[in-house]
Amino acid sequence: MKNLIQAFLAVLVVSIICLIAINRLNASAGYSGTNTLTVYNWGDYIDEEVIDQFEEETGITVIYETFDSNEAMMTKIQQGGTTYDVAVPSEYMIQKMIEEDLLIELDHSKLPNLKNIDERFMDLSFDPGNKFSVPYFWGTVGIVFNTKMLPDMDFKSWEDLWHPELKNDILLVDGAREVIGMGLNSLGYSLNDTNKDHLQEAQDKLNTLTPNIKAIVGDENKLLMANGEAPVALVWSGDASEIMFENEDLDYSVPEEGSNLWFDNMVIPKTAKNIEGAHQFINFMLDAEVAAQNTEYVSYSTPNKEALKYMPEEMVNDERFYPSPELTDKLEVYDNLGKKNLAYYNELFLEFKMYRK
Amino acid sequence: MENKVTRNLYMIPYALWIIFFVIAPILLVVYYSFLDIEGNFSLVNYQNFFTSTYLQMTLSSFWYAFLITAISLLVAYPTALFLTRTKHKQLWLLLIIVPSWINLLLKAYAFIGIFGTYGAANNFLEFLGIGSQQILFTDFSFVFVSVYIFIPFMILPIFNALESLNPTLLDAANDLGASKWTTFRRVVFPLTIDGVKSGCQVVFIPALSLFMLTRLIAGNRVITLGTAIEQHFLVTQDWGMGSTIAVFLIIIMFVIISLTGIRKRGA
Amino acid sequence: MSRKSSPFANLFLFIIFFVLYAPIFYLIFYSFNSGGTMSGFEGFTLDWYKELFSDTRLLIIVLNTVVIALLSALISTIIGVFGAIGIREMKRKRNQNSILGLNNVLIVSPDVIIGASFLILFTMAGIQLGFYSVLLSHIAFSIPIVVLMVLPKLMEMSPSLIDAAHDLGASRWNVLTKVILPYITPGIFAGFFMALTYSLDDFAVTFFVTGNGFSTLSVEIYSLARQGISLNINALSALIFLVTVVLVIVYYYISRRAGNQGMGGMRR
Repeated sequence: MKNLIQAFLAVLVVSIICLIAINRLNASAGYSGTNTLTVYNWGDYIDEEVIDQFEEETGITVIYETFDSNEAMMTKIQQGGTTYDVAVPSEYMIQKMIEEDLLIELDHSKLPNLKNIDERFMDLSFDPGNKFSVPYFWGTVGIVFNTKMLPDMDFKSWEDLWHPELKNDILLVDGAREVIGMGLNSLGYSLNDTNKDHLQEAQDKLNTLTPNIKAIVGDENKLLMANGEAPVALVWSGDASEIMFENEDLDYSVPEEGSNLWFDNMVIPKTAKNIEGAHQFINFMLDAEVAAQNTEYVSYSTPNKEALKYMPEEMVNDERFYPSPELTDKLEVYDNLGKKNLAYYNELFLEFKMYRK
Repeated sequence: MENKVTRNLYMIPYALWIIFFVIAPILLVVYYSFLDIEGNFSLVNYQNFFTSTYLQMTLSSFWYAFLITAISLLVAYPTALFLTRTKHKQLWLLLIIVPSWINLLLKAYAFIGIFGTYGAANNFLEFLGIGSQQILFTDFSFVFVSVYIFIPFMILPIFNALESLNPTLLDAANDLGASKWTTFRRVVFPLTIDGVKSGCQVVFIPALSLFMLTRLIAGNRVITLGTAIEQHFLVTQDWGMGSTIAVFLIIIMFVIISLTGIRKRGA
Repeated sequence: MSRKSSPFANLFLFIIFFVLYAPIFYLIFYSFNSGGTMSGFEGFTLDWYKELFSDTRLLIIVLNTVVIALLSALISTIIGVFGAIGIREMKRKRNQNSILGLNNVLIVSPDVIIGASFLILFTMAGIQLGFYSVLLSHIAFSIPIVVLMVLPKLMEMSPSLIDAAHDLGASRWNVLTKVILPYITPGIFAGFFMALTYSLDDFAVTFFVTGNGFSTLSVEIYSLARQGISLNINALSALIFLVTVVLVIVYYYISRRAGNQGMGGMRR
């Protein structure tokens, strides 16, 4: 019994010491102040120096919280109990959040820097007139491949993935829209096709890819590609630029049949407390120099055309990550297909995964 | 002082916990399981569950959970037994638990590195002259890493059961001329069966709903009920179907409990 | 059965420990990599450690994680132990099994379901998301593992032991503190440590029920995955690991010196 009481007290003492330390640190960092802004973003998706700069300029303390999937983030915002002032969802999720009435309309008069954004990325189908969202980063879906292991291939077409030489070589990304979309694109259909015959055709075609697939993975694809674990992977362009930074033998290609164009946009959720500060923050992030600095850190493609002037030329002129308008015209943004169709996509994808067994 | 009220006073927190954190969530889950994807009341989820896709998934979940439990037990029992004979056994036991305090995702990443084509495991195989093998994204690596994660949960109860064995019993068996194996089979194992049972429960039950490792280590070659629930909650946002699968998991668990249930000692 | 350890036993234990610690040493090894990733060791550096100590936010998160883990393990152990004693005292085996079934529901439910339903419950009850909601959830999902660790010890206690104590005129409180608790101490410690493991490892439940700037290490690490996990997380894990091992060893020797039997009385 003595042992139990001793252990009990020891645990209690350590906890109290930690709690005191947390309070001290919170106070010194200003997190417990009143003038705060809570930003809800993907992990490591912003240059912290930019946040420091913003805090200095405005006197607002930024609390940075992170999520790891759009759906999980939406659930949190929908349930309430939190006070996120700015969030950064992807485009299909924005459409959903608008439908569910989870976002606040932006006051464009408070966002003068909005003019810096490239016209191409404004007024898109998921948010006409940018009433609710402002582009943060954008990119494509394509194929990253190891030029040393596969010297003769360029992956200009989705068909190249079906090459018999690529047995057990391909990493796919664990997303129903991406994988089924690849099947649809390779057949010349739209990414947003909901015709069941077309979808069945796409699934049949994907099933024939089975021998070439090594694994269906998530974010660990970067680690796997950098390690040379597989020579080919279906990825988002943001991941591609990151992997290519680690491993110089890698190259990236967006197949010519077409592919997906994605966006991560800044929005103000209904739960926001500091709406004024949120506008200030969004406008600050749209500033050309700030965006340039942030882009160099995150290394995704920026929609900020003025920022390009402040960035290194080899980055801006890289056609793989800043493709020409001719190519971007061929790319499609995901539409919100509605729950029923999305469920159907997922069912097909699940069957496809089981088919591999 | 010894009336019924004070007698059961200490049970109140546990009872409250059962009401608010077990029964209330179960009711929620059951409620959601009757909602189709549009939010209408229907039985469509239960119909869907009895299709080949999900039945196959249930079977494979069971198979892998069984494999993981059996192998964990095979590794954990001797480990616990040998640990009880070491000098600083309590220290060693704690050191068995310590690795489980490092984040699972990080450990999974480490395993990806170790099991990879150019990883340490393959270097070792090359060295042995066996040659490089595909280890990552196989059933082997999946079961291996799962066992790795669950093994402390199996070792602890078995260790505690072994510790409370009365040494005089063993001496008695020895004096009666029983061989080591007979002593183990007739005396040691039966007396530690409660520990083994408890270990198997804390491994088998969560193993049924494993998910992250199925992607990280098995590259989605293994699909379990846990994976499917995860998908329905986080990707499709079809909470109804996800809940339906969960209802079945809970039912399965109740069946397991009543099969391997408590037997009272000395009553 | 000899009580001495044989060479075979030692070899077996060595292999077990080697496998258990291999991935951790792998992580620590790469925390010194100047290359920036967990692939290809390029050169030795301490930069990741330096970066760590200048990051106040991360430090707060680590402390949060420790506090939540310790407090939730402590409280859930207390509730769980009393719960287990209650289950033992039930007269009918059927009731015992159905309570045990309810007990295990949270173990069998995938984290997303637990997280989502707790989130709904907390918002319905009007509890603000943050430290307390996370603490409550961690207590909630740790209780069943404590019960499962304590129950076998309780079950092997012979009822005659307790009856004898009662006959000798011991009060209920005395029976509890002088007979039952000392007997099940190893189970209590096992439950505490497993609760600690559950809490430290949990990502999904914490993610759903946290808010207002409160975060734990797991949530942070998982959200880093999309961008690739930076090596300062490796450095952090290395430090946490080192501190834990040192603490465990120091505690072990202090408690032995103090005349206790072994690890804080993991033995009766």
